[in-house]
Amino acid sequence: MAEGSYRLGSLTLRNPVLLASGIWGESGRSMAEAYRAGAGAVVSKSIGTLPRAGYPNPTVEVLGPWGMLNAMGLPNPGMERYPEEIAEARALGTPIVGSLFGKDADEFASLARSMARTGVVALELNLSCPHAKGYGSELGQDPEAVREVVRAVKGAVSLPVWAKITPNTHDPAGLAEAAESAGADAITAINTVRALAIDPTLARPVLAHGTGGLSGPALKPIGLACVWSIFDRVRIPIVGVGGIATGDDAYEYVLAGARAIEVGTAVSTHGVSVLGSVARGLEEQVRRGGFPDLDHAVGAAHPR
Amino acid sequence: MVVPVSEVVPETPTTVTLTFPYPPAAEPGQFVMVWLPGQDELPMSLSRTDGPVKGVTIKAMGETTRSALSLSPGTRIGIRGPYGRPFDLSPRRVLVVGGGSGTAVLAPAVEAARRRGNAVTVALGATRAEELLFLHRLSSVEGAAVHVATDDGSAGERGFVTVLADRLLEEGSFDALWTCGPERMMEKLRLSARTRAVPFFASVERQMKCSLGLCDACAFGPFHVCTDGPVFSEQQLAEVPDFGRFKRDASGSRVPP
Repeated sequence: MAEGSYRLGSLTLRNPVLLASGIWGESGRSMAEAYRAGAGAVVSKSIGTLPRAGYPNPTVEVLGPWGMLNAMGLPNPGMERYPEEIAEARALGTPIVGSLFGKDADEFASLARSMARTGVVALELNLSCPHAKGYGSELGQDPEAVREVVRAVKGAVSLPVWAKITPNTHDPAGLAEAAESAGADAITAINTVRALAIDPTLARPVLAHGTGGLSGPALKPIGLACVWSIFDRVRIPIVGVGGIATGDDAYEYVLAGARAIEVGTAVSTHGVSVLGSVARGLEEQVRRGGFPDLDHAVGAAHPR
Repeated sequence: MVVPVSEVVPETPTTVTLTFPYPPAAEPGQFVMVWLPGQDELPMSLSRTDGPVKGVTIKAMGETTRSALSLSPGTRIGIRGPYGRPFDLSPRRVLVVGGGSGTAVLAPAVEAARRRGNAVTVALGATRAEELLFLHRLSSVEGAAVHVATDDGSAGERGFVTVLADRLLEEGSFDALWTCGPERMMEKLRLSARTRAVPFFASVERQMKCSLGLCDACAFGPFHVCTDGPVFSEQQLAEVPDFGRFKRDASGSRVPP
């Protein structure tokens, strides 16, 4: 894949590996560093209407080699101040997908209008944070609510709109169908899985919020299964995320049906250079698999 | 790891050292995340890095740190780490400049440098005599020359420690300057050290959440304090427009340092 040659819907990216939302997306300079490290684009922190401090610490717990638990609580500087961070990242050439969270369709639409004015290349709707009351998956588990939010945002902006859906439901693919029917341009799957860590000595949850979201290697088989079932039910591109740390991981997501992928927790466990190494590794795996390009490998593990 | 507090040692009217059993190896300059269950978890530089018992020295700033002053031995706390990059202990002649509670992270570095046989000159500063941290501890390090400045002149010379440090830089020859303290103090020292071509290293403090290089709460120019710091070189700090100018609150909004 030559620089700038990868097409994802109406977007052209230098490669299909993105920094996932929630990681490094609070400051503009950090987003620029993630791009410099080899990402095809960077998804911002999820931004709401007002500044939000998030939950008190502890907000993370490392669960051995297989994952990490977090309940950050959607901290973000708010839509009024965040454009200066995007401007800083864009000044350094970084393409940004703006992530948003709101309590209803109206708030999402209003945030989308503001975010669109910052020069982001697409919007990703956080319909899936597992630990923020009244937001994220509390809203995003209902296909009708997903449809309303996506429809409102599509009506408000002309940018590509991605719906990031939750695995914390009996039918993630049904949520993807709802988003597609409302005009979504892509599905991002998945967000973290709701999970809990208890400290046995203190007999209390480790995270200040109690439950949190599981990320890292343990998420990969769950994410693959979600992408697999979504691929059978929608025609729009799928952006796969969950437990990706190597080109092999990314390739498995592509074979399951993803057209692009996002990397999150591995930025901590492997360092930010993982973004470039996943991009190179994926390209190599596609070539070794005998595919002329990545598009031909998308969903190739499905029976024909 | 949840551990019982071993000792609670008052250091100044507003500062206390907690020691606790924590075997993982640590180096001077590194930090741990200290969890006071039911309250908060905060990043704390280790003020004691040798052996199986470690220590942190906490200054009462907010609700959680104030409550740390009244902890009793046996209280269970959570410790994660150590994290971050330590001081490079190899320079042969070091000037160490501590401002207030910033001295906490410098004390184990001074002791380790002396054990290696390196020459160490210390400039300690505080608002007043009672707030001088580790004056006794550092004065008893064999071969370390300790100088003192207080804002009100109640100990050592009257005035800012930056003035004292400037004079020491002028009079002596140094291969490194290590500092920790208020950020504007450190920024002044950075310029002084740069003017005299003395390699400069500062331990920087920022809001932290994950401490694992993930959440961006401690974003610091192109760096993250948790994984790239907390000790930064002059060359690194030159790339950080934030240093001495702004930090970020828990929401990521820019606020005065």
